[in-house]
Amino acid sequence: MAQDSALNTQDLRLKTQGLRTEEMILNMGPQHPSTHGVLRLELQLEGEIITKVIPHIGYLHRCFEKHAEAMTYPQVIPYTDRMDYLASMGNEFGYVIAVEKLLGIEVPQRVEFIRVIMAELQRIASHLVALGTYGADIGAFTPFLFAFRDREKILNLFEITCGARLLYNYIWVGGLSHDLHPNFVKLAKEFIPYFRPKIKEFNELLSFNKIFIDRTADIGILPLETAVNFGISGPMLRGSGFKWDIRKNDPYSVYPKFDFDIPVGKGEMGTVGDSWDRYYVRVLEMEESLKIIEQALEQLPEGDVTSAIPKRIKPPIGQVYARIENPRGELGYFIISNGTLNPFRVKVRAPSFVNLGIMDELCRGHMVADIVAILGSVDIVLGEVDR
Amino acid sequence: MIYDYLYKLTGSEILSMLIQSAIPLFLLVLPFVLVAVWLERKVSAHMQDRLGPMRVGWHGWLQTVADLVKLIQKEDIVAKETDKVLFNIAPVLVFAGSYAAFAAIPLTSAFLGSNIDLGIFFIVAVSGLVVTGILMAGWASNNKYSLLGAMRSAAQIISYEIPTMLVILIVVMITGTLNLRTLSEMQTGYFWNWMIFGGPQFGIDKFILIPLMIIGFLIIYISTLAEVNRTPFDIPEAESELVSGYHTEYSGMKFSMFFLAEYANMFAVSAIVSALFLGGYQSPFGYLGNLLHLPWLIPIEQFGWFVGKGVFFVLVQMWLRWTLPRLRVDQLMAVCWKYLIPIAFADLLIVGLITVI
Repeated sequence: MAQDSALNTQDLRLKTQGLRTEEMILNMGPQHPSTHGVLRLELQLEGEIITKVIPHIGYLHRCFEKHAEAMTYPQVIPYTDRMDYLASMGNEFGYVIAVEKLLGIEVPQRVEFIRVIMAELQRIASHLVALGTYGADIGAFTPFLFAFRDREKILNLFEITCGARLLYNYIWVGGLSHDLHPNFVKLAKEFIPYFRPKIKEFNELLSFNKIFIDRTADIGILPLETAVNFGISGPMLRGSGFKWDIRKNDPYSVYPKFDFDIPVGKGEMGTVGDSWDRYYVRVLEMEESLKIIEQALEQLPEGDVTSAIPKRIKPPIGQVYARIENPRGELGYFIISNGTLNPFRVKVRAPSFVNLGIMDELCRGHMVADIVAILGSVDIVLGEVDR
Repeated sequence: MIYDYLYKLTGSEILSMLIQSAIPLFLLVLPFVLVAVWLERKVSAHMQDRLGPMRVGWHGWLQTVADLVKLIQKEDIVAKETDKVLFNIAPVLVFAGSYAAFAAIPLTSAFLGSNIDLGIFFIVAVSGLVVTGILMAGWASNNKYSLLGAMRSAAQIISYEIPTMLVILIVVMITGTLNLRTLSEMQTGYFWNWMIFGGPQFGIDKFILIPLMIIGFLIIYISTLAEVNRTPFDIPEAESELVSGYHTEYSGMKFSMFFLAEYANMFAVSAIVSALFLGGYQSPFGYLGNLLHLPWLIPIEQFGWFVGKGVFFVLVQMWLRWTLPRLRVDQLMAVCWKYLIPIAFADLLIVGLITVI
């Protein structure tokens, strides 16, 4: 009965006010093919035009930060793997750098070189997933499988190194879990000439496709000022035309030894900071990563990778913030130590989480189909957003 | 021929007519759809460095049959909030709309499901049923994604029917017939008699017609791509945006009716395009049957050419689907209203002037 009366009053209102239209609210996700995981976007639509986007997160929350407080320092490493599961090497790398900074230990040169090689291979693998799924979001399915074919080669390299293909637990505080496989250098050197033409193929198939450009250029334009205000980092910030890369601007590990460029968005197909720029920055970054890997393999020193691993990790009381350039942006670890075996607090500055905050700003005024194009160019990993 | 035999057998005009019209459905379309689904999976797989289905039969050729068996025995889910009547009618309408078109498409010179004089007109009209079915499906599902998909689809199919019709008019103007069999018969002989090369007449206007006809051919091919919802125009089913558009809520056999209708439609539009422009069932270089004085061989050859041309265009559709990204709704509409329709109109005008002069 109550429902009936409610309907009646609504009918009355319709009669008194004449024809009235309402905004439609559409839930996109959490189970949706192009939200890249379990993200729920609440869209307010005026026809097919978006008036507001509210991202709802937390469907993949696994209490990483709280768990870390109950673990010893080395036990946290496998948990970091599970944050940005497409760039696990980078996650470990950042955490380990933070703990080493807290402990104040130096690691052997060979360890640093291997870490850089792994992180850069991981960057290529991660960008391949980002670009491939972006193509699939726009409707081109073939580049997606081409990207996964090439990513497979990188995963094979990881597999012979540490036995795992996705979650490695390879980079340890003070060293590495294993030395390189005897064949690794040879296989990695074979991978570089194999992969260079594949980037070109990818460009021909997707990047410079007229329809793809029509769908992505001038869509979701992110002006530099807004990007800085929202704390955007990584390829998104560089897509807006700002040369900011922690590997260059706040160097860590042995990155200063290598010669590489930082690609930025130039607005070749539309406006600086549109989705196509963000996409293309990632393509160019794969080339730069190849350059770094090539140099690192040439200069790879000999040595023991496990010698500097401390027997007991018990840092002094204090706090530290360390950041690295992960494929998705600035990954920062803020660790407070109270002098025991467990960290008192581990806070992660997750790039995907920060980058996701700008969705509403980017999507307003675009169409539903553009949500997919914009979200793909933001390139989030829900494991990291929710942690 | 077959009609006479059926008439003798049944003694009823309507019954024999119905059976004759249904023959292409069972003889050609259903088996073709089974092969086409398998072919699509194989073509896409080999384009993407995969193998595709390999387990059921040789290189997985029985996969579709296995899938169909699975779909038939699946539970038929009708969600609680749906409009049950419309929900159940919709797949039947879509299925009927796309299969009925085959009744007026000549398979060989010896056989045509239903020899009506308004052949091409009938095909266009009956294909309109598909839009109704899709709209019904989207509305009855009571799902926002379905509704969005259905609205897009209706807008798209109706818009793209305009350039298709204009190009059909061009051909009709030159040949003066709406019957697809007569049309195909006019294009007999060698491939330079095909409509895409200006049709069977000779003289100066043939050479003026050739570029105009090629433009017309391209326009109709692009618009038919949109009419059967294939990439780059597969917006109604854009799986990355709308899950799967108007048939999101369908399962089991009802879903497979949409699915089968899509593949039947692909072949139907290919057959229409080839009948209009590429001689339909006509061979490009004469017949072996004529050479060997075996008149019964000719229809078989013609059937081969008909299926061959159809399959070729279907393969092109698959190739495009697995290469190109998808356009956005407004871009799709812009392609139709800003480019295809004005060009088709200009084409129509010029061809009209030439035929009058």
